[in-house]
Amino acid sequence: MTARVGVVVFPGSNRDIDAVNALELAGAEPVRLWHEEASLGGVSAVILPGGFAYGDYLRAGVIARFSPVMRAVSAFAADGGLVLGICNGFQVLAEAGLVPGVLMRNPGLRFVAREISIVPERLDSPFTHLLDDRRPLRVPVAHGEGRFYAEAATLDALERDGQVLFRYAREDGSVAGGEEDRANPNGSVRAIAGVANATGNVAGLMPHPETAVEAILGSDDGLGIIRSLVESAGEAAAGGHRPASRAPVAAVGR
Amino acid sequence: MTTFRFAVNVLPRDGILDPQGRAVEQSLGHLDVRGVSGVRVGRRIELTVEAADETAARSTVERLAAELFSNPLIEQAAIETLGGASSAIAAGDGP
Repeated sequence: MTARVGVVVFPGSNRDIDAVNALELAGAEPVRLWHEEASLGGVSAVILPGGFAYGDYLRAGVIARFSPVMRAVSAFAADGGLVLGICNGFQVLAEAGLVPGVLMRNPGLRFVAREISIVPERLDSPFTHLLDDRRPLRVPVAHGEGRFYAEAATLDALERDGQVLFRYAREDGSVAGGEEDRANPNGSVRAIAGVANATGNVAGLMPHPETAVEAILGSDDGLGIIRSLVESAGEAAAGGHRPASRAPVAAVGR
Repeated sequence: MTTFRFAVNVLPRDGILDPQGRAVEQSLGHLDVRGVSGVRVGRRIELTVEAADETAARSTVERLAAELFSNPLIEQAAIETLGGASSAIAAGDGP
Protein backbone atom coordinates (compact mmCIF):
# COMPACT_ATOMS: atom_id res chain seq x y z
CA MET A 1 0.00 0.00 0.00
CA THR A 2 1.10 3.53 -0.59
CA ALA A 3 2.45 5.12 2.53
CA ARG A 4 1.07 8.57 3.39
CA VAL A 5 3.92 10.70 4.66
CA GLY A 6 3.37 14.16 6.13
CA VAL A 7 5.59 17.12 5.26
CA VAL A 8 5.25 19.90 7.82
CA VAL A 9 5.18 23.40 6.36
CA PHE A 10 6.25 26.21 8.69
CA PRO A 11 6.28 29.84 7.59
CA GLY A 12 9.78 29.98 6.09
CA SER A 13 10.07 26.31 5.14
CA ASN A 14 11.45 26.05 1.62
CA ARG A 15 12.66 22.48 1.13
CA ASP A 16 9.15 21.12 1.62
CA ILE A 17 8.90 21.15 -2.19
CA ASP A 18 11.96 18.92 -2.42
CA ALA A 19 10.65 16.63 0.31
CA VAL A 20 7.33 16.23 -1.53
CA ASN A 21 9.18 15.51 -4.78
CA ALA A 22 11.45 12.94 -3.13
CA LEU A 23 8.52 11.20 -1.44
CA GLU A 24 6.70 10.92 -4.76
CA LEU A 25 9.81 9.47 -6.39
CA ALA A 26 10.03 6.98 -3.53
CA GLY A 27 6.44 5.89 -4.12
CA ALA A 28 4.77 7.61 -1.17
CA GLU A 29 1.79 9.92 -1.04
CA PRO A 30 3.03 13.21 0.43
CA VAL A 31 0.62 15.13 2.66
CA ARG A 32 1.43 18.76 3.45
CA LEU A 33 0.76 19.65 7.10
CA TRP A 34 0.42 23.35 7.92
CA HIS A 35 2.13 24.41 11.14
CA GLU A 36 -1.14 25.54 12.73
CA GLU A 37 -2.75 22.12 12.34
CA ALA A 38 -3.08 20.20 15.57
CA SER A 39 -3.58 16.85 13.81
CA LEU A 40 -1.32 14.86 11.50
CA GLY A 41 -4.27 13.49 9.55
CA GLY A 42 -3.37 9.85 10.00
CA VAL A 43 -0.03 9.87 8.17
CA SER A 44 2.37 7.02 8.91
CA ALA A 45 5.54 9.14 8.98
CA VAL A 46 6.45 12.82 9.13
CA ILE A 47 9.24 14.86 7.54
CA LEU A 48 10.22 18.22 9.01
CA PRO A 49 11.79 19.88 5.98
CA GLY A 50 14.58 22.36 5.53
CA GLY A 51 14.24 26.11 5.35
CA PHE A 52 14.13 28.96 7.80
CA ALA A 53 11.06 28.35 9.94
CA TYR A 54 9.87 31.64 11.45
CA GLY A 55 12.90 33.31 9.91
CA ASP A 56 15.20 31.45 12.33
CA TYR A 57 14.44 34.30 14.72
CA LEU A 58 15.77 33.94 18.27
CA ARG A 59 17.43 30.58 17.47
CA ALA A 60 16.93 28.30 14.51
CA GLY A 61 14.00 25.99 15.21
CA VAL A 62 12.95 27.33 18.58
CA ILE A 63 9.78 29.20 17.59
CA ALA A 64 8.68 26.34 15.34
CA ARG A 65 9.10 24.01 18.26
CA PHE A 66 6.14 25.62 20.02
CA SER A 67 3.78 25.53 17.04
CA PRO A 68 0.55 23.46 17.28
CA VAL A 69 1.71 20.89 14.76
CA MET A 70 4.80 20.13 16.88
CA ARG A 71 2.58 19.07 19.77
CA ALA A 72 1.05 16.50 17.42
CA VAL A 73 4.49 15.49 16.13
CA SER A 74 5.76 15.00 19.71
CA ALA A 75 2.79 12.80 20.59
CA PHE A 76 3.23 10.85 17.33
CA ALA A 77 6.93 10.36 18.08
CA ALA A 78 6.23 9.27 21.66
CA ASP A 79 3.89 6.64 20.23
CA GLY A 80 6.70 5.24 18.05
CA GLY A 81 5.83 7.19 14.89
CA LEU A 82 8.60 7.81 12.37
CA VAL A 83 9.87 11.38 12.18
CA LEU A 84 12.74 12.64 10.03
CA GLY A 85 13.97 16.21 10.46
CA ILE A 86 16.20 17.50 7.69
CA CYS A 87 18.44 20.56 8.20
CA ASN A 88 16.08 23.17 9.70
CA GLY A 89 13.83 20.23 10.60
CA PHE A 90 16.75 18.75 12.54
CA GLN A 91 17.13 22.09 14.34
CA VAL A 92 13.44 22.00 15.27
CA LEU A 93 13.72 18.42 16.58
CA ALA A 94 16.82 19.29 18.61
CA GLU A 95 15.17 22.38 20.11
CA ALA A 96 12.13 20.25 20.96
CA GLY A 97 14.37 17.71 22.68
CA LEU A 98 13.11 14.95 20.37
CA VAL A 99 16.67 14.18 19.28
CA PRO A 100 19.81 14.74 21.36
CA GLY A 101 22.28 17.57 20.93
CA VAL A 102 22.11 21.03 19.46
CA LEU A 103 23.01 22.65 16.13
CA MET A 104 25.31 25.60 16.65
CA ARG A 105 26.49 28.35 14.34
CA ASN A 106 29.12 27.15 11.89
CA PRO A 107 32.71 28.05 12.79
CA GLY A 108 33.85 30.95 10.67
CA LEU A 109 30.21 32.11 10.56
CA ARG A 110 29.95 30.78 7.01
CA PHE A 111 26.74 29.64 5.43
CA VAL A 112 27.91 26.40 3.81
CA ALA A 113 26.15 25.28 0.62
CA ARG A 114 27.92 22.54 -1.30
CA GLU A 115 27.95 18.82 -1.91
CA ILE A 116 29.63 16.71 0.76
CA SER A 117 29.93 13.03 1.63
CA ILE A 118 28.35 11.18 4.52
CA VAL A 119 28.63 7.57 5.60
CA PRO A 120 25.85 5.70 7.35
CA GLU A 121 26.84 4.41 10.76
CA ARG A 122 23.98 1.92 10.80
CA LEU A 123 22.27 -0.04 8.06
CA ASP A 124 19.48 -1.37 10.26
CA SER A 125 17.54 1.79 11.12
CA PRO A 126 14.13 2.71 9.64
CA PHE A 127 15.95 5.52 7.80
CA THR A 128 18.86 3.53 6.36
CA HIS A 129 17.86 -0.11 5.97
CA LEU A 130 17.66 0.07 2.16
CA LEU A 131 21.23 1.38 1.85
CA ASP A 132 23.37 -1.46 0.51
CA ASP A 133 26.58 -0.77 2.31
CA ARG A 134 28.60 1.92 4.04
CA ARG A 135 29.62 3.47 0.72
CA PRO A 136 29.78 7.29 1.12
CA LEU A 137 26.72 9.15 -0.12
CA ARG A 138 27.06 12.45 -2.01
CA VAL A 139 24.45 14.88 -0.72
CA PRO A 140 24.30 18.67 -0.40
CA VAL A 141 24.43 20.74 2.76
CA ALA A 142 23.01 24.27 2.96
CA HIS A 143 23.07 25.81 6.41
CA GLY A 144 24.58 28.45 8.65
CA GLU A 145 23.92 26.65 11.93
CA GLY A 146 24.79 23.02 11.48
CA ARG A 147 27.57 22.34 13.90
CA PHE A 148 26.32 19.36 15.88
CA TYR A 149 27.33 19.67 19.50
CA ALA A 150 26.75 17.69 22.67
CA GLU A 151 28.85 17.21 25.77
CA ALA A 152 31.43 14.43 25.71
CA ALA A 153 29.46 12.18 28.06
CA THR A 154 26.37 12.53 25.85
CA LEU A 155 28.42 11.78 22.74
CA ASP A 156 29.87 8.66 24.35
CA ALA A 157 26.35 7.50 25.23
CA LEU A 158 25.07 8.19 21.70
CA GLU A 159 27.88 6.15 20.21
CA ARG A 160 27.46 3.34 22.73
CA ASP A 161 23.69 3.16 22.11
CA GLY A 162 23.96 3.28 18.33
CA GLN A 163 22.22 6.65 18.00
CA VAL A 164 24.70 8.09 15.53
CA LEU A 165 23.17 7.49 12.09
CA PHE A 166 25.54 9.39 9.78
CA ARG A 167 28.95 11.02 9.90
CA TYR A 168 30.60 13.41 7.50
CA ALA A 169 33.22 11.60 5.47
CA ARG A 170 35.95 12.11 2.93
CA GLU A 171 35.27 10.87 -0.57
CA ASP A 172 37.11 7.64 0.18
CA GLY A 173 34.60 6.92 2.94
CA SER A 174 36.88 7.59 5.90
CA VAL A 175 35.24 9.63 8.67
CA ALA A 176 36.01 13.36 8.48
CA GLY A 177 38.14 15.13 11.06
CA GLY A 178 37.40 18.34 12.93
CA GLU A 179 36.59 21.83 11.68
CA GLU A 180 39.94 22.10 9.89
CA ASP A 181 38.93 19.17 7.65
CA ARG A 182 36.98 20.41 4.63
CA ALA A 183 35.10 17.09 4.61
CA ASN A 184 33.46 18.21 7.86
CA PRO A 185 31.55 21.23 6.50
CA ASN A 186 30.55 22.75 9.83
CA GLY A 187 32.95 21.43 12.46
CA SER A 188 30.42 19.02 13.94
CA VAL A 189 31.84 17.18 16.93
CA ARG A 190 32.97 13.67 16.03
CA ALA A 191 31.82 14.54 12.47
CA ILE A 192 28.23 13.69 13.38
CA ALA A 193 25.80 14.52 10.56
CA GLY A 194 22.73 12.63 11.76
CA VAL A 195 21.42 11.19 15.02
CA ALA A 196 18.41 9.25 16.25
CA ASN A 197 16.53 9.34 19.52
CA ALA A 198 16.92 6.52 22.03
CA THR A 199 14.05 4.50 20.58
CA GLY A 200 15.30 4.90 17.01
CA ASN A 201 12.08 6.26 15.48
CA VAL A 202 13.04 9.95 15.34
CA ALA A 203 16.05 11.08 13.33
CA GLY A 204 17.68 14.38 12.52
CA LEU A 205 19.96 14.84 9.53
CA MET A 206 21.81 18.04 8.61
CA PRO A 207 22.51 17.28 4.91
CA HIS A 208 19.73 17.11 2.32
CA PRO A 209 19.02 13.60 0.99
CA GLU A 210 15.72 14.88 -0.44
CA THR A 211 17.49 17.12 -2.94
CA ALA A 212 19.82 14.35 -4.15
CA VAL A 213 17.22 12.00 -5.58
CA GLU A 214 17.75 12.16 -9.36
CA ALA A 215 20.91 11.86 -11.43
CA ILE A 216 20.00 15.09 -13.22
CA LEU A 217 20.35 16.89 -9.86
CA GLY A 218 23.95 15.73 -9.62
CA SER A 219 23.36 12.81 -7.27
CA ASP A 220 20.63 10.34 -6.46
CA ASP A 221 22.44 9.04 -3.38
CA GLY A 222 19.80 10.48 -1.08
CA LEU A 223 16.98 8.39 -2.49
CA GLY A 224 17.97 5.32 -0.46
CA ILE A 225 17.31 7.25 2.74
CA ILE A 226 13.91 8.51 1.56
CA ARG A 227 12.97 5.04 0.25
CA SER A 228 13.96 3.51 3.61
CA LEU A 229 11.68 5.97 5.40
CA VAL A 230 8.81 5.32 2.98
CA GLU A 231 9.10 1.53 3.25
CA SER A 232 9.27 1.74 7.07
CA ALA A 233 6.20 4.02 7.01
CA GLY A 234 4.38 1.50 4.83
CA GLU A 235 5.17 -1.27 7.30
CA ALA A 236 3.95 0.88 10.18
CA ALA A 237 0.72 1.68 8.30
CA ALA A 238 0.16 -2.01 7.53
CA GLY A 239 0.41 -2.71 11.26
CA GLY A 240 3.53 -4.76 10.79
CA HIS A 241 6.33 -4.65 13.26
CA ARG A 242 6.68 -1.21 14.73
CA PRO A 243 9.45 0.65 12.96
CA ALA A 244 11.22 1.39 16.20
CA SER A 245 11.67 -2.33 16.80
CA ARG A 246 14.53 -2.25 14.31
CA ALA A 247 16.54 -0.28 16.81
CA PRO A 248 18.44 -0.17 18.96
CA VAL A 249 20.66 -3.08 18.13
CA ALA A 250 24.42 -3.35 17.96
CA ALA A 251 25.91 -0.44 16.07
CA VAL A 252 27.85 -1.04 12.90
CA GLY A 253 31.54 -0.62 13.67
CA ARG A 254 33.20 2.57 12.60
CA MET B 1 -2.49 43.88 38.16
CA THR B 2 0.89 45.49 37.91
CA THR B 3 3.40 45.41 35.09
CA PHE B 4 7.06 44.68 35.54
CA ARG B 5 9.83 45.27 33.03
CA PHE B 6 12.66 42.77 32.66
CA ALA B 7 15.66 42.10 30.50
CA VAL B 8 17.07 38.67 29.82
CA ASN B 9 20.72 38.56 28.82
CA VAL B 10 21.67 35.39 26.96
CA LEU B 11 25.32 34.45 26.42
CA PRO B 12 27.12 31.32 25.25
CA ARG B 13 27.97 29.14 28.24
CA ASP B 14 31.57 29.28 29.46
CA GLY B 15 33.73 26.93 27.46
CA ILE B 16 31.31 26.77 24.54
CA LEU B 17 32.78 27.82 21.20
CA ASP B 18 31.45 31.27 20.29
CA PRO B 19 32.29 31.91 16.63
CA GLN B 20 30.70 35.38 16.71
CA GLY B 21 32.79 36.40 19.70
CA ARG B 22 35.88 35.01 18.02
CA ALA B 23 35.16 36.93 14.81
CA VAL B 24 34.63 40.17 16.72
CA GLU B 25 37.83 39.64 18.66
CA GLN B 26 39.78 38.98 15.48
CA SER B 27 38.47 42.22 13.98
CA LEU B 28 39.88 44.32 16.83
CA GLY B 29 43.30 44.44 15.21
CA HIS B 30 41.74 46.27 12.25
CA LEU B 31 40.78 49.05 14.65
CA ASP B 32 44.30 49.13 16.07
CA VAL B 33 42.89 48.04 19.41
CA ARG B 34 45.16 45.89 21.55
CA GLY B 35 44.73 44.16 24.87
CA VAL B 36 41.07 43.16 24.49
CA SER B 37 40.12 39.52 25.02
CA GLY B 38 37.30 37.30 26.17
CA VAL B 39 34.71 38.71 23.75
CA ARG B 40 31.38 36.88 23.95
CA VAL B 41 28.40 37.72 21.76
CA GLY B 42 24.88 37.02 22.93
CA ARG B 43 21.48 38.61 22.80
CA ARG B 44 19.26 40.65 25.08
CA ILE B 45 15.50 40.37 25.26
CA GLU B 46 13.41 43.00 27.06
CA LEU B 47 9.83 42.37 28.02
CA THR B 48 6.96 43.62 30.14
CA VAL B 49 5.06 41.13 32.28
CA GLU B 50 1.69 41.74 33.88
CA ALA B 51 1.32 39.88 37.18
CA ALA B 52 0.02 40.14 40.73
CA ASP B 53 3.48 40.75 42.15
CA GLU B 54 7.12 40.75 41.19
CA THR B 55 7.68 37.15 42.31
CA ALA B 56 4.98 35.91 39.96
CA ALA B 57 6.27 38.08 37.13
CA ARG B 58 9.80 36.86 37.66
CA SER B 59 8.76 33.24 37.61
CA THR B 60 7.16 33.77 34.19
CA VAL B 61 10.40 35.34 32.94
CA GLU B 62 12.45 32.48 34.41
CA ARG B 63 10.36 29.95 32.50
CA LEU B 64 10.65 31.90 29.24
CA ALA B 65 14.39 32.36 29.75
CA ALA B 66 14.94 28.62 30.15
CA GLU B 67 12.50 27.32 27.55
CA LEU B 68 12.42 29.93 24.82
CA PHE B 69 15.07 32.64 25.08
CA SER B 70 18.02 30.31 25.70
CA ASN B 71 19.05 26.75 25.04
CA PRO B 72 20.54 25.64 28.38
CA LEU B 73 22.73 23.09 26.57
CA ILE B 74 24.86 25.88 25.15
CA GLU B 75 23.67 29.16 26.63
CA GLN B 76 23.25 30.84 29.99
CA ALA B 77 20.54 33.39 30.72
CA ALA B 78 20.63 36.13 33.36
CA ILE B 79 17.50 38.02 34.33
CA GLU B 80 17.65 41.71 35.12
CA THR B 81 14.87 43.87 36.58
CA LEU B 82 14.39 47.12 34.72
CA GLY B 83 12.94 50.38 36.01
CA GLY B 84 10.13 50.38 38.52
CA ALA B 85 6.85 48.57 38.50
CA SER B 86 3.93 50.47 37.08
CA SER B 87 0.23 49.92 37.50
CA ALA B 88 -1.47 48.81 34.34
CA ILE B 89 -4.40 50.88 33.18
CA ALA B 90 -6.98 48.54 31.71
CA ALA B 91 -8.56 49.56 28.44
CA GLY B 92 -11.71 51.56 29.03
CA ASP B 93 -10.67 52.74 32.47
CA GLY B 94 -11.10 56.46 32.79
CA PRO B 95 -10.10 58.88 35.48
